[in-house]
Amino acid sequence: MGNKTALYATHQAMGGKLVDFGGWDMPLHYGSQIEEHHKVRQSAGMFDVSHMTVVDVTGGDAKAYLQYLLANDVAKLDALFGKALYSGMLNHDGGVIDDLIVYNLGDWYRVVVNCSTREKDLAWMNQVAKTFSVAITERAELAMIAVQGPDAIRIASSLLSAEQAAIIANLQVFQGLPAGDWFIGRTGYTGEDGLEIMLPNEAAASLWKALADAGVAPCGLGARDTLRLEAGMNLYGHEMDESVSPLAANMGWTIAWQPDSRDFIGRAVLEAQKAAGSTQKLVGLVLRERGVLRAEQIVTVEGSDEKGVITSGTFSPSLGYSIALARVPRSIGAHCQVEMRGKQVTVEVVAPNFVRNGKALI
Amino acid sequence: MSDIRKELKYLSSHEWARVEEDGTVTIGITDHAQDALGDVVYVETPEVGTRIALGEEAGVVESVKAASDIYSLVSGEVVAVNEALQDAPETVNSSPYDDGWFFRVKPDDLAELDEALDASEYRELLESDE
Repeated sequence: MGNKTALYATHQAMGGKLVDFGGWDMPLHYGSQIEEHHKVRQSAGMFDVSHMTVVDVTGGDAKAYLQYLLANDVAKLDALFGKALYSGMLNHDGGVIDDLIVYNLGDWYRVVVNCSTREKDLAWMNQVAKTFSVAITERAELAMIAVQGPDAIRIASSLLSAEQAAIIANLQVFQGLPAGDWFIGRTGYTGEDGLEIMLPNEAAASLWKALADAGVAPCGLGARDTLRLEAGMNLYGHEMDESVSPLAANMGWTIAWQPDSRDFIGRAVLEAQKAAGSTQKLVGLVLRERGVLRAEQIVTVEGSDEKGVITSGTFSPSLGYSIALARVPRSIGAHCQVEMRGKQVTVEVVAPNFVRNGKALI
Repeated sequence: MSDIRKELKYLSSHEWARVEEDGTVTIGITDHAQDALGDVVYVETPEVGTRIALGEEAGVVESVKAASDIYSLVSGEVVAVNEALQDAPETVNSSPYDDGWFFRVKPDDLAELDEALDASEYRELLESDE
């Protein structure tokens, strides 16, 4: 038996098909992951993301510590209380230990990391913290519900207190603010507008039920994966891991090279890789005919002996055909070959994002 | 618990076969198989008129999650395929034993079905997998 979130019994009662995910018993779907996917693109769906690890960083060196720990620069957050930043946390070889979101909360920061990487992340964060005056505190008492889709904010606001609704009304995209003992962020992993609500474990089931009663569809990990893939968002362990440079994972934009004076873990290796153009790159692939591109399928690029690989592939419910993310040689052109079930199939190469805010980008 | 039909024969790879009144054999995938695959998005069936052999790959079913080969329970000639699955592959999820059938074979030797699992043997297989 795996770890259980505060919503485990609720998922069971509502017919969720529960599977093991990174050591947690999580809902894969509640019947049809495709219907759940459409609900998020067209109206609103919700996900239990309580398995994600919430870590607060406090202390006099909190900012300096995160500036050294992360490839992106938390100084970018200074201008706005609650502003969020996406970043890689790298090892000394420039590989990705994890990807995360960090919120600036004045003299402290809230960091949200993945669940399957929890132990190594905490060990790494604590090890790096030894030379800084900071405290690293996991907030396991918090559940997290992501409410996503064009109607998500309107419906969620209608169910919450006037104080919470006022906070939501003023939230900028990619900003999160405390609301009593809750924390509400205008963030997500679907390519749609929406909220991620952290709240005490004991309050999670009643919010989930209220959202369901208001027409928000309970969604599982299956829909979460097709939504994030359409949005071109990375999944740790697929698009990147400790052996993959962020430059090979479409995370170049998350590396803050300026100011030059900021040393961060992995910087020297990344600078050398960037100068040499030595890494592969992440692209999108599209197969408009029948068949589904799958992770680990081998990609062949004309004029190159170097092979690429599909890191995530699926059927795109919004587009009606298959899409994938692939790590490939930089020389790739407009088409490439993918080995699918013993056959070489020609597929289109596109920028690695497919659907945003309900609209196709390809 | 998944639906297992008494009158059908099964393979351990989760296909079912039904002997029709005209002696042809209809083949599809079980309720357990559709549930394990999740939302089906493509079905590839053999062409009418082709010959298929017991134990050989005769088609493919692809869900959002995975691709799976389809095997025939009998050797013979394909006499019909379920064209409706091309536009509505989700029928495999909603009606695996009826509207979601895959193809129909004129068998060379119906006795081949004696080697397949009956409903109680298939149930035992599923229970031992749990």
